[in-house]
Amino acid sequence: MVQNSLSTSARKQVWVWVGVVPFLLFAIAFLLAPASFLFIGSFRDLQGNWTLANYGNLWQDFVIEAYTLSIRISAFTALGGGIFGFLLAYAVTLGGLPRWIRSGLLTFSGVASNFAGVPLAFAFIATMGRIGLMTGLLKLMGVDIYKQGFTLYSFWGLSLTYMYFQFPLMVLIITPALEGLRREWREAAENLGATSGQYWRYVALPILLPSLLGTMILLFANAFGAHATAFALTGGTFNLVTILIGAQIRGDVLRDPGLGYALAVGMVLIMTVSIVTYTLLQRRSERWLKR
Amino acid sequence: MKKGSLWSWVWILLGVLYFFLPLLATLQFSLKAERGVYGFKAYELVLGDPQFVETFVFSIEIAVLTIVCSLLLIVPTVYWVHLRLPQIRPILEFIAFLPFVLPAVVLVFGLIRIYSRPPFALTNAVWSTNLLLVGAYMSLALPYMYRSVDTGLRAIDVRTLTEAAQSLGASWATILWRVIFPNLRTALLSGAFLTFAIVVGEYTIAAFLARPMYGPYLAGLVRNKAYEPAALSILTFGLTWGIMGIVQWLTYRAPGATQVTAGPR
Repeated sequence: MVQNSLSTSARKQVWVWVGVVPFLLFAIAFLLAPASFLFIGSFRDLQGNWTLANYGNLWQDFVIEAYTLSIRISAFTALGGGIFGFLLAYAVTLGGLPRWIRSGLLTFSGVASNFAGVPLAFAFIATMGRIGLMTGLLKLMGVDIYKQGFTLYSFWGLSLTYMYFQFPLMVLIITPALEGLRREWREAAENLGATSGQYWRYVALPILLPSLLGTMILLFANAFGAHATAFALTGGTFNLVTILIGAQIRGDVLRDPGLGYALAVGMVLIMTVSIVTYTLLQRRSERWLKR
Repeated sequence: MKKGSLWSWVWILLGVLYFFLPLLATLQFSLKAERGVYGFKAYELVLGDPQFVETFVFSIEIAVLTIVCSLLLIVPTVYWVHLRLPQIRPILEFIAFLPFVLPAVVLVFGLIRIYSRPPFALTNAVWSTNLLLVGAYMSLALPYMYRSVDTGLRAIDVRTLTEAAQSLGASWATILWRVIFPNLRTALLSGAFLTFAIVVGEYTIAAFLARPMYGPYLAGLVRNKAYEPAALSILTFGLTWGIMGIVQWLTYRAPGATQVTAGPR
C-alpha cells in the first residue's frame, strides 16, 4: 500500500517535469546548441584537436581592426545617442514643455527605435547620400560635404545612421527614470540652501547615474550586434565584426573555420558583459527610482 | 518664457529634425520616379512587382507561424512553471535572456553550421529550412514574448483560477484555452505584434538561410534600383508605425507592461 502511493507520487513528480520538456527542447535546438557549437568549435583546430590557437589568431591586423571599428562606432553612438536622448527626455520631463510633446516624443521614439535595418539604411542614402536631400541642400548653401571628404559609407556616415535608433532607445528608458526624481528631493535640497547646480551634482546625478550608465551600455550592445543596417548601407565592404562573421558564413573567407568561431565567441562575450552590466546597473537604480 | 524651457525647445527641434529629415528625404525621393513631375509611379511599380507580393506574403506567413508556435510553446510552459515548478523560473529567465547576447548574425552562424550537415541536414529541403527560419525567429522574439506572458501571469491569480476550473471538471487544455489565454489577451496581443514587427522586416537570418523574405528582397532593390526602395522604405515605416501604435495602445491598457524593444538591427 505504502509502496503503491509512493510510486504514484513519484510518477506525478515525473509528469510535472514533462510539462517543460517541449520548451527545453526548443531552447536546446535553437539557442543552446548553436551557441555551444560555436563555443566548442572555437577551441578546436582543423583536425579536431583541442587548441587555443584560434584565440591567438584573433591578434591579426584585420581582426583587430574589425573589433576596433565595431567598438568605436558602438561607443561613439552610445555616448552621442545617450547624451542627445537624455537631453530630449530632460526637455519633456523637467524642461517645462507642454504635456503633449512628451507623449509625442515617446510615440516617435517607440517607432524610431524599431525602424532599423534595410529601410533605415535607404532613408539615410536618400538624405545624406551623394544625391541625397541634405547633401543637395548643403550644396545649394555652398557646402559640398562630399568634396570635403564626407561619405555615408564611413565611420561618420554609419554613426549618423545608427544614431537614428540609438537616441530614441535612450529616450524610452531614461524618461521613466527622470520622472522618478521626486519633487520633495529638490525642495529638501533647496531648503538646505542648495543651488540648482548643487542639487544636480549631489542629489539628482548620483541617483540617475546607474540608470544613465546602464542605458548607454545597452546602447553600446545595441549597435555592436547590428548587422543588417551596416550591410545594406555599405554592401559588406565595411570591416565590422558582424560583417566579417557574415562573410565567414557565406564562405570560408578567413581560411580557417576555427577563427570564425573564435570571432563569434568574442562577440558574444562582449555582448554578455554589456548586457549583464546593464541589468545590474538597472537593478541598482531601482533602489531609488521605483517604477 | 524661462531660459530653461527655451533650451528644451531647441533640443526638441533638433530631435524633430533628426527624426523627420530622413523620412522627408525618402518620401521626396519616392515621389520623383518620373522625370520632372512628382507622382506615385514608384509605388505603382513596386506594388505591381510580383516578387514584392510574393516575398511580402511569405514574410507575413512566416511571421504568423512564428507567433502561433511561440504562443503554443511559451504560454503553457510559463503557466506550468508559475503553477508547479516555480523553482526552475531562473532557468527560464536565463534562456529568455540568451537571445539578447546572441546577435542575429551569430545565431544564424551557429544554426547553419549545425543544421547544414548530417545528422541534422535541415538546410537541404525547403520545408526544413523554413522550420529553421521559424525556430530562429522564435528565438529572436523569445525575450519579448516571455516578458509579456510572465507579466501577464503575475497580474492574475493563476492558482485560484486553475483550482476553480479544475473543481468544475475542466481539463488542462480547457483551462489553458478558456481561462488562461483569455486572461492574458492584451499581453499576448502586444507580444504577438512585437514579434510581427521583428519578423516581417528581418534581413540577416532570412538572407543567410536564403529564404525569399521581404527583407532580402528590399536589400536587393536598394542595390539595383533608385526610387522603388524609397517607396518601400516609406511603406515599411508606415507599417512599423502602425504596429508600434497598436502595441503602445495595448500596453497602455495593461498597466505595468511597459515594453522597450530592440529588434534586429
